[in-house]
Amino acid sequence: MSDELGFFFLLVSNGILVGLMYALIALGFVLVYKATDAVNFAQGEFVLLAGLLAAAALDVWGAPLWVAVVTGLVGMILFGFFLERVMLRRLIGRPVIAVVMATIGLASILRGIGPATVGAGTRTIPLPIPDEPIVLGPLFIPPIQLLGGVVSLLFLSGFGWFFLKSRKGIAMRAIADNQQVAMAMGINVERYFGLAWAMTGVVSALGGIIWGNLIGVDINLSLVGLKVFPVVILGGLDSIPGAVIGGLIVGLVENVTAGYVDPYVGGGTKDFAPYVLMILALMVRPYGIFGKKIIERI
Amino acid sequence: MFHRECGVLKTTYQADMGLFPLPIARWAIGLVAVVFFAIVPLGLDPYFLSIANLVWIACIGALGLNILVGYTGQVSIGHGAFMSVGAYTAANLATRLDSPWPVNLLAGGIMAALVGAVVGIPSLRIKGLYLAIATLAGQFIIEWIINHVTFISGGVQASIEVARPRLFGLVLDSQRDMYYFLLFFVVLATIGTMNLVRSRVGRAFIAIRDQDIAAEIIGINIFRYKLLAFAISSFYAGATGVLYTYFLGIANYEQFQLGVSIDYLAMIIIGGLGSVQGSIFGAFFITLLPIVIRRVMEAFGGVFFEPQTVLNLIPNLRVMLFGVLIIFFLIVEPEGLNRLWRNIRNYFRVWPFAY
Repeated sequence: MSDELGFFFLLVSNGILVGLMYALIALGFVLVYKATDAVNFAQGEFVLLAGLLAAAALDVWGAPLWVAVVTGLVGMILFGFFLERVMLRRLIGRPVIAVVMATIGLASILRGIGPATVGAGTRTIPLPIPDEPIVLGPLFIPPIQLLGGVVSLLFLSGFGWFFLKSRKGIAMRAIADNQQVAMAMGINVERYFGLAWAMTGVVSALGGIIWGNLIGVDINLSLVGLKVFPVVILGGLDSIPGAVIGGLIVGLVENVTAGYVDPYVGGGTKDFAPYVLMILALMVRPYGIFGKKIIERI
Repeated sequence: MFHRECGVLKTTYQADMGLFPLPIARWAIGLVAVVFFAIVPLGLDPYFLSIANLVWIACIGALGLNILVGYTGQVSIGHGAFMSVGAYTAANLATRLDSPWPVNLLAGGIMAALVGAVVGIPSLRIKGLYLAIATLAGQFIIEWIINHVTFISGGVQASIEVARPRLFGLVLDSQRDMYYFLLFFVVLATIGTMNLVRSRVGRAFIAIRDQDIAAEIIGINIFRYKLLAFAISSFYAGATGVLYTYFLGIANYEQFQLGVSIDYLAMIIIGGLGSVQGSIFGAFFITLLPIVIRRVMEAFGGVFFEPQTVLNLIPNLRVMLFGVLIIFFLIVEPEGLNRLWRNIRNYFRVWPFAY
């Protein structure tokens, strides 16, 4: 195989794995939007908070790894319920900008909370997996990315099953479809809203641990959240398969363009290309590939 | 207390449409003018004047953003980028062609208006969250282009120096000169916005905000007015960018990143969406907040914490308090500071006979 082709395959394999990890983060966004119609502009900060909880448990208390992971998970679940109760419940029925700004405010709080309490330095989350990449012909696959991809797939299919088959999942879909009718059918809407935020917390906790291992836990970890928007717009805001497809597209596009275009323009294409693609997609299909089309009436 | 409608009889349509129908309002405006035109600039030292100048710059940007978000109901998270368009247009004109500042200001505003209208094109098909994300994309794309096209920015992460503005042969060098320079534009922007929102165009904007489909049915050309809202709002943003560039003396893309867009959104939300006064209240509030926090922490922080902790705490406290305030206002007082002000005024309007 020629070097050219090898380079291309390297970019593609990398893009797929990173894309799956983006899909995991985007899943958190989709879960909340699907169930509660709230948009979470603080998704990246959720990931940051989860990573911080785990890293602080490791560093500050000297806890073993599994305790740190559990701390991250439990902490984020509680945080999800708390947030729904204190903030999001009061914003139900308000215009989109109100929820957008409230979550931007939340993002701001979460950005400040880490450095103010445990310090601004970069922390690590060492996972017991090897550092050496797995070499398959021209491909170098870092084990952590492989793990991330596998975890993402597991969770994506898990939540897919949850929404399609389980009682709670069906209740959530009913709420997403029409809150009032769902209430009339005896579904406790507020409890499910809390549950949706807690599920986002779980997904963010896993994302935080995996991404935290990959790029370290500091304020830059929250920048992962900025990748969520192209992913969910491409896939459709309320679609789990859409999150996967969107994640893969974004992962592929950013790796391939970065690999081929970066040398000519001096870097930065990685953050830029997905957004260009997203704008193009918005022009053609305003509701994403899998999103539901909203028909408006007066 | 003095704010009474008693005995104010309007006999002409002109009087009915007046911006300040009550004598008390005209008095109050006069008083405010005296404070800001005479007492503040002559009484404060340059450090505080520079803060006041930042407030004035923020006022213009907030007014512009409020036209778009508050009056037309279209969300934009890309205003920082529109400001950078204005700033770099002006900086390039000033350094390459040596053109005077009025030309640069207009050119910067018009350029930003054009870019803003282009970014606003998706607003025809999408709204709400999708539009918010599309404008966010606009922010990143404009930022990237400015930073990577050497012709505009003079190289990656470079900044362009701009000479001080000149007026009738005088160089506006000191903070006090800049103060009057900026205040002039604040007055212009305020009067412009007040008149815009009660004109035909402004009423069309409000109709689109309240029910866009209904607005279309009664004959408002939605696409034209949405783009117009984006263009006008971006014109303000571009002008803000130009003024900020003249204030700082350099154009640098770091001054106009995503955080700036969010700051301006916070201003109009805390101040009050869809209100001219609210924009100004919000601009004051958000600009002064970090300065007040720093002062307070420097003065009293040492009582509770180690000096090192205080230094670490100040920037983070600013960020956190900013978030808390946004959420607080959204939940408790969605109409912002403007509403609080009106409540106070209404209380005193009938005081002391509240019943």
